Amino acid sequence: MNAAPRKDMAQGLKLANKRKRTDRILLWLALAATAIGLAFLLSIIATLLWRGLEAMSLHVFTDVTRPPGSGGGLLNAIVGSLIQVAIGTAVGTPIGLLVGTYLSEYAGKSKLGGAVRFVSDILLSAPSILIGLFIYQLLVLPFGGFSGFAGSMALAVIVIPIVVRTTEDMLTLIPTALREAAVALGAPKWKMVLLVCYPAVRPGLITGVLLAVARIAGETAPLLFTSLGNLTWSVDLTKAMSSLPVTIYAYAGSPYPDWIALGWTGALLITLGVLTINIFARIVLRQRS
Amino acid sequence: MSSTATSAPAPLAAAARRSGSTGDRIFAGLCRGAGIFVLILLGAIIVELFIGGLPAFRAFGLGFVWGSNWDPVAEEFGAIVPIYGTIVTSVMALTLAVPVAFGIAYFLTEIAPTPLRRPVGTAIELLAAVPSIIYGMWGFFVIVPVMAQYVQPVIIDSLGEVPLIGVLFAGPPFGTGIFTAALILAIMIIPFIAATMRDVFQTVPPVFKESAYGLGCTRWEVMWNIVIPYTRRSVVGGIMLGLGRALGETLAVTFVIGNANRLSASIFAPGNTIASLVALEFGEAEADSLKLSALLALGFILFVLSFIVLAISRLLLRPRAGQ
Repeated sequence: MNAAPRKDMAQGLKLANKRKRTDRILLWLALAATAIGLAFLLSIIATLLWRGLEAMSLHVFTDVTRPPGSGGGLLNAIVGSLIQVAIGTAVGTPIGLLVGTYLSEYAGKSKLGGAVRFVSDILLSAPSILIGLFIYQLLVLPFGGFSGFAGSMALAVIVIPIVVRTTEDMLTLIPTALREAAVALGAPKWKMVLLVCYPAVRPGLITGVLLAVARIAGETAPLLFTSLGNLTWSVDLTKAMSSLPVTIYAYAGSPYPDWIALGWTGALLITLGVLTINIFARIVLRQRS
Repeated sequence: MSSTATSAPAPLAAAARRSGSTGDRIFAGLCRGAGIFVLILLGAIIVELFIGGLPAFRAFGLGFVWGSNWDPVAEEFGAIVPIYGTIVTSVMALTLAVPVAFGIAYFLTEIAPTPLRRPVGTAIELLAAVPSIIYGMWGFFVIVPVMAQYVQPVIIDSLGEVPLIGVLFAGPPFGTGIFTAALILAIMIIPFIAATMRDVFQTVPPVFKESAYGLGCTRWEVMWNIVIPYTRRSVVGGIMLGLGRALGETLAVTFVIGNANRLSASIFAPGNTIASLVALEFGEAEADSLKLSALLALGFILFVLSFIVLAISRLLLRPRAGQ
């Protein structure tokens, strides 16, 4: 009489122990995975600081790139990057904003809206090297040469889908009551969007633009075929223009120790810039909630 | 009094409504035009790449896709080596990345104490924001020496002589090559997949999980029996998104792939992906040359590959996200 339940209990205990053991093993595996992920981040940042600070000096910001062995800095690359990122953002943002507004306010469930949303999402993840090739075909070959303008346009193409995504996501979060209040006051739809909806989600829109800037600041592949890079000082948009990522690429692949060191310094600068913008974007977004 | 009050503003109101409707029409037109512009943009990318690649497609026909010869001197171009490299590195990268990314997402949604979730999650997202060229440099200067000195010699010595699987690990330990490229790609896409999985796992209604916990399920059992079945579709979508990233990644791969246009069974052998080949050889391709056309044709093939993967990913991720 007594033996059967005891056997059941023993079996139950065994099963419970087995389940607990599985749970514990998976817990440790998950911890290990997270540790691995964080270790990579730490290793990358440590390497950047260690190798990047080697050649860091005021010189980097005041002198242009020079042939190996003769010093030099990264001024033209930094300025070239700033110009192209600025133009790329300035061109891409309004288009992205309008598309995002179309998807959220006008498209509804229409076929065109679905297609635009789908295509924009494809563009969001499309290989950036292809955007470089596309702009090469469109703006470099027919106009006789690499140019800072072409580089800026390649970056603008990358900005558009990022801004589309955040704009649509943000606008759909707006409570219906807010829209109804604006319409009840007699505001036409465009005024409702411009004067009520945009201000209501301004932090979100700014975050989208900041994330887009952070993304294009580090883009190398699309610039290789468009603005090409320039080892001398040039701010002429119709000529080949230097940029930080392309300079890093050229320097890091070179056999000269001083170029490699300077390449690391550039890499450190760009990573710090990108990570700072990312953290800043998060703070902007968080202030709202 | 009342009659003037109602009659006077009437034309004004009509005028205001009319100007409102004009404004509406302009604004709606702008928005819709921008939407159509995006469609044209994608169409233009496809068409430009195809037109650019046309001379190569004409010269080699379908053989361009299957040809294994990439010889710029003889002007003979076949795409199978970079296509193989692209697919193999991406699939290997996924195999390495998915378990780790899943572990991170599991940790972030079920295991980590609440105060830890945000900082760790942010750190993972920051990892996703690091530009790919940084991964490439880091891989070249940090991972490649480790691979060449420790990992590859050990594996080659222990497994290189084993029949059948030995060929996979044959060859000298360069440090660079297909496997190293896959490893760097994996490290790059881990944060993307982990962040998507975390977001997806968070869509599971708490009441489902609470019921399971109430029945006495362990954390892992809740994950395996409740969360995964509920989110399976979106998880696969997230993985496909990671695959899409890996397929087209350029700079991270260019630094460590070894730049060789030979087919090799060994995963330690140098190779090329479509993106790395285009980035490495573009500088030597003159305008209107057959080589440039071949590179653009490669770009077109890469576009088709990533379009398919990204489209599947979107279709899997969308419906749930809309719920």
